[in-house]
Formats: sequence, C-alpha cells, structure tokens
Amino acid sequence: MKVLLPISKAVGEDRALVGGKTLALARLGTAGFKVPKALCVTTEAYRRFVESGGLRGAIARELGRKRFEDMRWEEIWDAALRIRTLFDRTAWPVDLDTELREGVRSVFGDRPVAVRSSAPGEDGVTASFAGLHESFLNVKGPAAVLDNVRRVFASLWSDRALLYRKELRLTPTGSAMAVLVQEMIPAKRSGVVFGVSPSDPAQAVVESVWGLNEGLVDGTVEPDRWILCRRTGRVIAHHAPVREKRVEPGPAGTVLSSLPPDLSGHPPISDDEACAVFQLALGAEAFFGSPQDVEWCFGNEVLHVLQSRPVTTRSTPDGSDDRSWYLSLKRSFANLKTLRTRVEGELLPAMAREAEALASVDLPALDDGELEEEVRRREAAVRNWEGIYKNEFIPLAHGARLFGQFYNDAVAPEDPFEFTRLLSGTGMLSLERNALLHELAQRLRTDRLLADRVARDGRGDAGFESRLGRLFQEYGDVFGSEGSEAGRKGILSLLLEMSRRPLGAPGGSAADSAALRDRFFSRFDGEARDFAAELLGLARDCYRLRDDDNIFLGRLQVALARVVEEQSRRASGRGREGAGRIGHAGTIETLNDPSAPPGGGDPPVMESASFLQRDRQLVGHPAGPGFAQGPARVVRKTADLFDFRAGEILVCDAVDPNMTFAIPLAGGVVERRGGMLIHGAIIAREYGIPCVTGIPDAVHRIRTGDMLSVDGYLGIVTRA
Amino acid sequence: MEDAPALERIVRELLSSQRLAVLATETRGKPYTSLIAFAAAPDLTTLVFATPRPTRKFSNLSENARISLLVDNRSNREEDFAEAAAATILGSVREATGEERESSLALFLEKHPYLSSFARSPNCAIFRVEVEAFYVVSRFQSVSELHVRR
Repeated sequence: MKVLLPISKAVGEDRALVGGKTLALARLGTAGFKVPKALCVTTEAYRRFVESGGLRGAIARELGRKRFEDMRWEEIWDAALRIRTLFDRTAWPVDLDTELREGVRSVFGDRPVAVRSSAPGEDGVTASFAGLHESFLNVKGPAAVLDNVRRVFASLWSDRALLYRKELRLTPTGSAMAVLVQEMIPAKRSGVVFGVSPSDPAQAVVESVWGLNEGLVDGTVEPDRWILCRRTGRVIAHHAPVREKRVEPGPAGTVLSSLPPDLSGHPPISDDEACAVFQLALGAEAFFGSPQDVEWCFGNEVLHVLQSRPVTTRSTPDGSDDRSWYLSLKRSFANLKTLRTRVEGELLPAMAREAEALASVDLPALDDGELEEEVRRREAAVRNWEGIYKNEFIPLAHGARLFGQFYNDAVAPEDPFEFTRLLSGTGMLSLERNALLHELAQRLRTDRLLADRVARDGRGDAGFESRLGRLFQEYGDVFGSEGSEAGRKGILSLLLEMSRRPLGAPGGSAADSAALRDRFFSRFDGEARDFAAELLGLARDCYRLRDDDNIFLGRLQVALARVVEEQSRRASGRGREGAGRIGHAGTIETLNDPSAPPGGGDPPVMESASFLQRDRQLVGHPAGPGFAQGPARVVRKTADLFDFRAGEILVCDAVDPNMTFAIPLAGGVVERRGGMLIHGAIIAREYGIPCVTGIPDAVHRIRTGDMLSVDGYLGIVTRA
Repeated sequence: MEDAPALERIVRELLSSQRLAVLATETRGKPYTSLIAFAAAPDLTTLVFATPRPTRKFSNLSENARISLLVDNRSNREEDFAEAAAATILGSVREATGEERESSLALFLEKHPYLSSFARSPNCAIFRVEVEAFYVVSRFQSVSELHVRR
C-alpha cells in the first residue's frame, strides 16, 4: 500500500487510508474548486512507523495503567504528553524515511508547507471541537516536514482526542492517522464559513481575519463576522471586532504580531467578498450533499479552500458535559500572559485583602444577628472566589503545560517531565510558610536544652514562643487556634520530630537545573531564544501562582468555617476544640476536577463470599523520581499529621496546601489524585521526595503501618 | 483498580477460558516447571490435573505437595502488556483416589474431552489442588491477592 499520494490521486482512495480532510479536498479539487497543491502521508505510513517503533504496546500500556474512567483530566494530559514524547523519540524506519523525504522534496523542495492532520475517524466529532489533532503551518524542508508529520501522528493520542476516545473509537490496535502536507498559501486574508449557522438554520456565518487562519481557529485573533441569509445569499449583519493582531509566517512556524494601523481600520474582506465566500460554501454543499464548514483564504486574490467538512451539531449545547470546560482550559500564549497579569496583579491581592478583612473580624463580639449576616457574607465571598478559581486560576495551569510541550519539542528529553525541573525554586507561598517551620525545628535541633524543655513542659523560651505564635498566625487555622491544646501539642510533637532529623531543604540540585536550562536555550537563536525565555518565565509564574491560589482560597474557606463554628458553638452552648480542619481540601479538589467524588469516593469492596482481597502492588503515575521504603501514615485530617514520624510514607487522598508542612518529614508521598503538576507532586519534587500519584482508593487500600515501597520512577507502590 | 468481585470475575474468566497452566514444583531446592491441562471447580478453590506417574512432576509432588500455578491469557502481542491478565495460584496438591478420583476425572474431562484416553489411563494420577490464594496481575503491574476464606 502507498505511504505517500499526490492529492489528485487520493480521490478514489479509501477514507481509512487518506483520512477525511484529504478525501474532501481531493474531491473538491477534481470538481474545479481551487485547493492547494498537496501530498497525503497515508495511514499505511503511520502503521509502518508505529510497528517498527513498537509503539502500539507502549501506547496500550500508557493508556492501560488504570481504568480510563478512573483517570483525571490531568492524568490524561500527562499520558498524552508521554505518548507524544515517545513519537518524538522514535526514529523513522530507514526505507520509509527515504521514501517520504524524497517524495516531499520532489514536490515542495524547501518551500513552506502546512502539515495537517487527516484522521479517518474524525468526522462527526472534529466539526464540533475542531483542533482535537495538531496542525503545523509554515514548515520548511523535508526534515522539518517529517518531524511535524510525526507530531501529527502523535496527536491521534492528544489529550483532547483521548477525551473523545469513545466517539472516535480510539484503540491502539485499530486507529491510525493520515497527514496532509499542503502548499502554504501566503494569505493576507483568511477565515471560515459555516454553511449553516449553529444558532439559526436559515442563516450562514462568515468569519474573517487579517493574516493566517491559525489565529482565528485557536481563538487568539477576534474575527470580523458576517451573518448571511441562506436563501438570498445577502449579508444581514456585519459585526466588527477591535482588530489588533494577526498571525503571519515567521522564520519557522508562525508569529502573532500587531496589526499595522492602515489595516486595523478595515475589515479583511468586503461584504461582496463575504457573499463570494458563502457561495463557495454553497458550492461545496451542493457537491457533497450536505452543509459544510469551510476554511478558506485569499492567495493572490484567488479564493482557496483549505479544508471542508460537514456541519455537525455541537454535542454539548448545554454545557452539561464537563469536557467542554476542560477544552476551554487550553489557552494560547497571549491569552496566558494577560491572565497572569490579572491573577498576579489583581485577583490574588484582592483575595488576600478579603481573607485578611474576614480574619480581622472579632466574631465573639458580634451579636447573633450580625453573626448570621457574617455567615452570609462569607458564603458569598467563598462562592465568588470559587467561581474565579475555576474560570481564571485553573486555566493558568496551562502555562506550565504549554512550556512542557515546547521544551519537549526543542530538547526531546528521555523524561517527558524533565521540564518541571526548570519550574521549581519560584518561592511558592507553601514553601515560604514551611521555612518558618524549619526555623523552629532548627532551634530545637541546635539547642538540646530547649528541646528537652519543650518535650517536658510543652513550652519553650520567650524567643521560641514568640516565633511559635507567628507560626500559628501564618498557618491560620491549619493547626487549630493558638489556644487549642490539641493543636499546640500536635505542632510541638511535629517540631521535635523534625529536629531529630537532619536539616532538609527544598531546591534539589541548582547546578542540574542550570545545566538543563542552558541546554534548553542552546536550541535557539535570536528572537526564538527571547521567546523561549519569555515562555519559561510565564511557565514559572503559572506554576507558582497556580500553587499560591490554593492557599488563599484555603484561607477564605477557613474564614467561613470559623464563623460557622462560632455559630454552632453558640447553639450548643459549649466550646469546640479546633484540632485542625482539612474539610476544604475536598472543595479545592472538586473545583479542579468536577468529576472527582468528594473525599475520594467510597471504599472499594475488598471481600466476597469466598475470598479476602489484599492489594500487593498498586499502579499510579510517576510524579517525583526516587525510591523509598517505610511504614505508611494514612492522613485524612490535619490532626493525623501530628503523629507523623520521620521517614513515614504520607498516604492521602489529595495533598492540600495545609498539609504541606509534613512533606519534608516524609520518606515518600502517595496520593489518589493523579497528575504531575498537582500540589503534592510539585512540593515532593521541590524537596526531592519520591512521589506516586493517581493510586485509586489510596486511603482505603493502604493502612497506617503497612510497609510500603514507593517507586517514583515507575509510579508503583508495593505493600510488603 | 479492581475490587474483590471484579478480581473474582477475572480469575473465573481465566480459569474457564484457559486450557493450560504452568505448574511449578520443587524438590530438594530445585524448582521445576511443566505445562499442564487443568480444570477448575465452580467455586474456583479446587483445581484438577492429570499426570502419568513416571514423570518428573509426579516424583516432585510425591516429595513436596506445595505448588504454584500460573494461568494467563496472553496472546504474544505488544498489547499483552496492557491487556493480558495472569493469576499466580498458591496451594497444595493431593492425589485423588476412589470416589474422588471419579468425580475429579469427570470435572477434568468435561473441559478436556479429547484427553479422555490419557486421563483414564491406569498409570495416570489425578491431582486435586487446594487453592490458598490467587495473585492476580493485570495492566502489566497491578497486583492484588485473593485469599480463600477457610
């Protein structure tokens, strides 16, 4: 079977060989529509590539670590990144390499091309969520084309595609990807046309931007929009945006640039041209027999069809499917930069101010009516910030992911998560807060008389007590209020335990990180290097801010908990000792992952009539490299941490920022929540502690005292 | 991660779909493995197999009744690493005689009718395995134990 076909020869071929995009364009080409010159790298090439590289088994293993329905979105993203790295690091079989290279060279030479996905199974889904798979524009030369073909192959397993694996019928054995290598049209004006408007079947919609279509498709450039009457073909309305940007070909790939003033005052196309674009869509509709979504551009004033696919109705019109929210998390570089400024400059400070204002209220001084008012005020504040958390803080996490992909493209590291080592050491609040804890432990470590006194009397000298008071302030309600007997005893016992252990500090090896950074930057010159530096800066900020926001939200939730406590204290007429609240961790978890059951769900059934189950080896995700052995300490609430002994393995549902203080003591960290970029994994890596995340039912399947081996390289936890 | 009923389903499926198992025996510190045909009782806690008496495994079993068995559904493809399941069985054997030999033979031949002349041969011993535990491996490295309640 052919691995490479000119598009003109693809007309009679099977969709399974050339994919939907190629087939549609090939047919339009023969019917006289103007389509770019193109080659199709067929699914046969995909098959030969994955077979020679042994990738099928690797993909199956990556996707089979646990039941798919048990995988959180972050774990799906992680799996997709690992698969992408596998593809990047797999060499083309020599004969295939030669055949494709020669084929591309003979048709395009070193002229720029677009490398686009042409998946056989995408119809019906991609129309609703364009961009499940990847496309690359302005690629020059056969070597670069082949690199990008491999990445388009890998995007068959992108996180977005994996979310729709059922609809796409994705299986490691059955699925394959074709790729369209298309002459790059140097378009000054481009756009899309929806032959039928998604909101009104009597209308059509034309959208257009200056420059290349990429900015419109990924949402970075706001288009001009025309509404047309399908019956008359006339323009009903034209909506003009504030035109600021366009996407243009760069030295390699594309760049987003400011629109020159002489263009920003004009729509990219006239009303007449909008009508011509609609006529193009009607022509395609007549040809295929159903309304079409068409991507188009003007190249040398001639209207070209870049792709055409049937209009399908959006599968999630009411937003009840969380997947559409997840898809919205993917943000462009420009969008993330704006978001960073807003989160760092406005939202986090506002959140801190609000938390401080709430904490300064003297609750016992309020009368019952005022207290009721305060409850409502705090509930509203928490609701408001939870909404902001979901819509503005969580998307910020994509900054680290964007960088991760960029880093992996540039460096092709063996470890797909090597990039996280460049993100550490950013002065996260949770680590700063821990510094105070370390300082107190250090006092006890160096002054044994003080340590003995604290152990005996439960009190230190004046200096120690003053710093301890500060610690209670910093951690808010984490340890219970300052006067609380249990909280005080707990924290002193923890500090004494820390003081018996050699000083551990976060940071890992700074020299290693510097070497990695140098290697990363050595891949770029000039402007590309500046961009790489800017992206790294953005990623580091996102990584840090994404962790800090948990602490602020935690404070607000504690403020709400306090007022509710005060109310119930009055109602029951007796005091309640706050031995540490951890309840809001569940809320943070639910915000991050709407599909997660609060508290990690129900315990699994571990016995039947004839058998008793005992789990021996649990498979999750490698989230912090290293290997550790020790007794398990299952932690369900903060007070459980006061009993923590150095070297124990911290096992929990989800490490939340209020538990961070115990991590330096831990030999290893195991949690149910999965992912590489979650709080527990980030902190464990900062301290160089082995960490495995994504262990289903971790707190149910492991008991305190179980002897555990934690393999942070392979993502495996073994019970002795 | 599977719960106990799901693990039991995996074991049941393996024991009914697979005709062959790897039997590990031992004598005087020397481990030894053999491929055997087996059948399982409906409650999964008893397995039967047949072996002629002059064999090495018969001689090993006469000295040490502790055994281990491996049953798996691999297909010798890459996908096995994600899709195949295996059960390591721990237990001990005793030779079935008299009435028990007949019922064990019936269980064995129901699954392997084509082995009738082999199993009914007078020099063939019928062994019953009393299962103590199944160690179930799935998804390449996920391991859970099912211990038989006694």
